[in-house]
Amino acid sequence: MHDRKVVRRRRAVLGLLVGCALILLTAYFGEGAGGGLHAIQRGALAVFSPVESVAADAVKPFRDLFGWFGDTFNAKGENKTLRKDVAQLRLQVADDTRKLRTSSQLDRIQELDGTRGLDSMKPVDARVVLASPSLWYSTVNINRGSGDGVSVNDPVINGSGLIGRVIKTVSDASQVLLLTDADSGVSARIARTGVPGFVQTGTPGNPNDLLLTRLPRGKLPQVGQMVVTAGVVSKRFPSYFPPSIPIGRVTKADPNEVDTSQQVHIKPFADLHELDVVQVLTEPTTRSTGPIP
Amino acid sequence: MSLQVNVPLVVRLVVLAFVMVLLQLMFFAQVPVFGAIADVSPLVVMAVGLLCGSMTGASVGFAIGLMVDTALLQTMGLSSLVLMAVGYWSGRLREARDPQGTLAPIPLGAGAAAIATVGYGVGQFLLGAVHPLSWLLVKQTLSTIVLDALIAIPITALVRRWLTPVLPEDPRRRRRRAYTTGGLSPLQKA
Repeated sequence: MHDRKVVRRRRAVLGLLVGCALILLTAYFGEGAGGGLHAIQRGALAVFSPVESVAADAVKPFRDLFGWFGDTFNAKGENKTLRKDVAQLRLQVADDTRKLRTSSQLDRIQELDGTRGLDSMKPVDARVVLASPSLWYSTVNINRGSGDGVSVNDPVINGSGLIGRVIKTVSDASQVLLLTDADSGVSARIARTGVPGFVQTGTPGNPNDLLLTRLPRGKLPQVGQMVVTAGVVSKRFPSYFPPSIPIGRVTKADPNEVDTSQQVHIKPFADLHELDVVQVLTEPTTRSTGPIP
Repeated sequence: MSLQVNVPLVVRLVVLAFVMVLLQLMFFAQVPVFGAIADVSPLVVMAVGLLCGSMTGASVGFAIGLMVDTALLQTMGLSSLVLMAVGYWSGRLREARDPQGTLAPIPLGAGAAAIATVGYGVGQFLLGAVHPLSWLLVKQTLSTIVLDALIAIPITALVRRWLTPVLPEDPRRRRRRAYTTGGLSPLQKA
């Protein structure tokens, strides 16, 4: 008798919880971004962001300690790769400098560099306080929000290059959609040749594999070439990102893949798995002033 | 049928859930170990289910899932559903088999992580996620399961240490303790 009651109660509790979960799922999908559940999430973000900020500071030494072990483990291989990269970059810089100096486009590029200075876009420094543990959501939360001038769709960079854009914001926190998310897309170009494309995730959750897609036929980028943001090049395809922010470098350019899928693989400059300090460009100038050089 | 609420246990469960969710999001999610990220939420839910039974396990799973979804602005309800399954499964395991071996948390942790990661993935596909099923996804899922299995013992021990003072005395456990500390089983007494 007692067992039967217990079983009945257990099933009732389970049924109730499953029902609640399904109602939540249905309601969440049914409502828009301004709905009640979304508002609860934003409210929780606003309420708990100070706690998150303090807690993030508290656990940072431990995080750094674990990161140090990992870094030490990988340091040897990374050092070798970096030395190779530096040697290659020196050659590339020397080559580029010579070509640029002799090129008639030098003045235009210098002018572009001058007018597209990122420091004129009111950058706001921020710390990453939360990161999604799941492969499905490539997002991080930062400790700056609308109260600091951050608004939705502001580009976010770190010392290495572009990392994503702001998708949600409350007074003192924001959520950033990283380049590795399936919903992320950036109009881009090969820095040297100006070949246009569209950067999107290659393998979900893989921070080292992005795709430069929609390449024009017959324009095969070379491995090692730098990919930068294109900015707005057409009113039909507006971009959230200012032009000429470094994104990554072409790592694999298979002529067959370019012919069939019109895409090459790139590796982002920014290490998207170990983000700490980032910068939000709160007043991005997204429009290019002229044709892509 | 009177429903007695163990208030100290509820308070400790709430504190445990809150602290574990904070640690998960602010520490474990940001410290990749050999490329894998540990997910302690299913382990905590599994440990609670093993200690407190299926109803408490399922309820704690639901609550932790809700907190994770709210904090990460994810689809609300999916993590709750998955972690509730973990809590219910581990609770039923306790009620039916009561696994007590020292190494029991390892396979149970792997099971909990497998239910959570695979369940979450299946849920995402059902909800219309456009990710292709890639080798990387499989590799990450497997490495998370292995990593969770490895850290299941300390996590279970921590949860046990935190909850034991407020758990009601379990007759089965008391009986087992008596055998292992020199007491005679009823068979030996006969």
